[in-house]
Amino acid sequence: MVDPASGLDAKRDVLLRDGKIAAVEHPGQIRAADAEVFDAKELVVAPGLVDIHVHLREPGQGYKETIATGTAAAAAGGFSSVCAMPNTVPVNDTPETTRWMQAPERGASARVFPIGAATRGSMGEALTDYAALKEAGAIAVTDDGKPILADEIMLEALRTAAALDLPVIQHAEDTRQTGGCSMNAGALAFRLGLRGMTVEAESSLVERDLNLLKQVKRGHLHVAHLSTKKALDAVRAARRSGLHVTCEVTPHHFALTEERVRLYDTNAKMNPPLRAESDRAAMMEGLLDGTVDAIATDHAPHAAHEKEQEFERAPNGVTGLETALGLAISILHVRHKMPLAGVLGLLSSRPAQALGLECGTLALGAAGDVVVFDPEEKWVFRAADSRSKSKNTPFDGWEMQGRVRLTVSEGRVVFKA
Amino acid sequence: MDFSVAEVRQILLAADALEGEDPLRRMKRLAKRRVALLFYEASTRTRTSFELAAKALGADTTLVSSLSSSIEKGESLKDTGITLKALGAECIILRSPYSGAPYLLAQATGLPVLNAGDGMGEHPSQALLDLRTILHLRGMRASAIGEKCLCGVTLAICGDILHSRVARSNALLLPRLGAKVILCGPEELLPEAATGMGPGISIERDFEAALRQSNVVMMLRIQAERLAGLRIDLDEYRSRYQANDERIAASAPKAPILHPGPIIRGMEITSEVADGQQSAIAAQVANGVPIRMALVARALKGGKR
Repeated sequence: MVDPASGLDAKRDVLLRDGKIAAVEHPGQIRAADAEVFDAKELVVAPGLVDIHVHLREPGQGYKETIATGTAAAAAGGFSSVCAMPNTVPVNDTPETTRWMQAPERGASARVFPIGAATRGSMGEALTDYAALKEAGAIAVTDDGKPILADEIMLEALRTAAALDLPVIQHAEDTRQTGGCSMNAGALAFRLGLRGMTVEAESSLVERDLNLLKQVKRGHLHVAHLSTKKALDAVRAARRSGLHVTCEVTPHHFALTEERVRLYDTNAKMNPPLRAESDRAAMMEGLLDGTVDAIATDHAPHAAHEKEQEFERAPNGVTGLETALGLAISILHVRHKMPLAGVLGLLSSRPAQALGLECGTLALGAAGDVVVFDPEEKWVFRAADSRSKSKNTPFDGWEMQGRVRLTVSEGRVVFKA
Repeated sequence: MDFSVAEVRQILLAADALEGEDPLRRMKRLAKRRVALLFYEASTRTRTSFELAAKALGADTTLVSSLSSSIEKGESLKDTGITLKALGAECIILRSPYSGAPYLLAQATGLPVLNAGDGMGEHPSQALLDLRTILHLRGMRASAIGEKCLCGVTLAICGDILHSRVARSNALLLPRLGAKVILCGPEELLPEAATGMGPGISIERDFEAALRQSNVVMMLRIQAERLAGLRIDLDEYRSRYQANDERIAASAPKAPILHPGPIIRGMEITSEVADGQQSAIAAQVANGVPIRMALVARALKGGKR
């Protein structure tokens, strides 16, 4: 058993009862005659994984994904909890939509923590009702994909959210600099005849947000899917100066570079774009040195017909729920020798802490979220076998190490291999 | 530019052979084979020369353009390709405003796709006909093509490099044959990243300096349709980058002047230069047909599908 939150890394049995962790004991100590038993010999038992950045597409775009299919993919990937972005149709900017997403009728296989829109319709003009959104279950606010550009609105969002103890998540992209762009700026973009997003389009907005954060007492900024060294350095420096800033990195940004776009593969098109090798290496460094709080997938399903378009016309985004653990173990643990507890922390306790979620730990009384996986098993990911409704992944056919055997969410078995 | 040097040589040799062949004999090469021209952007030279090339080989051609087809109703490139294939097209010649579109069409249809210009991406047939033009100007034959055949040639490409697929294809092809390519234009139209495309490419911001260093000059128009909000001071641009008699006489008095067209007289080039002794613009256009004959014949070789 590996529980990054408590530092536990030893042989243990765990008992789940009424959706909670009821006991964690030395092997053979738990007596529960009527319990369903899962033998995890030779396997790792860890807190159910937590993905703080997914797009479940409901309401409104059920042809790409539904809450049921998206969370089924989450469960298959070892995630017991996911945070759902508000760029649905309509935008999740009301308590009604927030509640709708959490209703039992959605058939979710993992806990869904909705993230509310930071401004009405994510238009960046007028704040939504943060108190009402929080009351309905929203755990943060953001206009993900449509970053808040106006200084005064961002400042107001940080202030209002701080008073309610909510993080403000920003997709850091100065969209005034990125119109018509479809990949990372640089020689490759030039060669391919594609307009490029500069590093500065990301870092300048992060720097702007950090400056605004200084003006807000107890404010909390969470930077979504960081992709550039320059922005990461800004976060590192800000944290050192005492600001409450957290950040996440996606598996594709530590596993791939812009070279993957070659021949205009729309499954390598996402926002922020895949970057140069130096930026990829910086993401790796940030994960290893602790600057990065979380691995988050930015799972962004799109229908085949949407991705089978000219590169510049295809929508941004790739799926990621079923490949995150395998990539993290293969790259961070196997290749870069990060202790398994560290890798699991980036996928459970630390993202949960970053957004203040009550999960990601195997402590007594915590939510009964558990993942069991074989850390040694090598397997090949096949997009066609994905539980997600969409198959837009850059990792089709990749061999990875670390395979999920069982996922439990609030005491319910939601995936079993 | 996916061709190897050996393939480039073969294409130019085939262009010579086809050009010299008896027209009636040539007509039998692709008799009644079906070639579709799928054009999502306006074109005069490329479209006409591809069409004349296919017809000169005896193929049946059909033109589908965005303004008179179901493309207007929202049909995707994939579905348009599948439709053309179902109608018997064995090869599709594609012009698209989107970079990389030929890869998508080839993947969707399994047919050979000839790139007649894709967005800001590439225009390979133009680079090949430019190569043929340069070889002829230097009194060289296609059989001479090799990795060093253009040693001593320095081509200055001047103007809107950023939006130019012609610049990209030439800058990718010619250095592989030993030529040097100097790109020239203002920062907004020529980012520093351009030199990272490949070897043998450098940037010279000063037009006169670029002219003095080169022995072939290619002028490009400003692609107003792709500026995407970018504002260019046209008076300043003209004063710094226009190819006019005075400049050419002072800095490149012997260099042939190329231009892929369409030319905007009075903007990047004056009438005196476009129509002058050094202009090779008409030769470029004329070279389009034999090059495209070779490309169409190559795409359809191996018999009927």
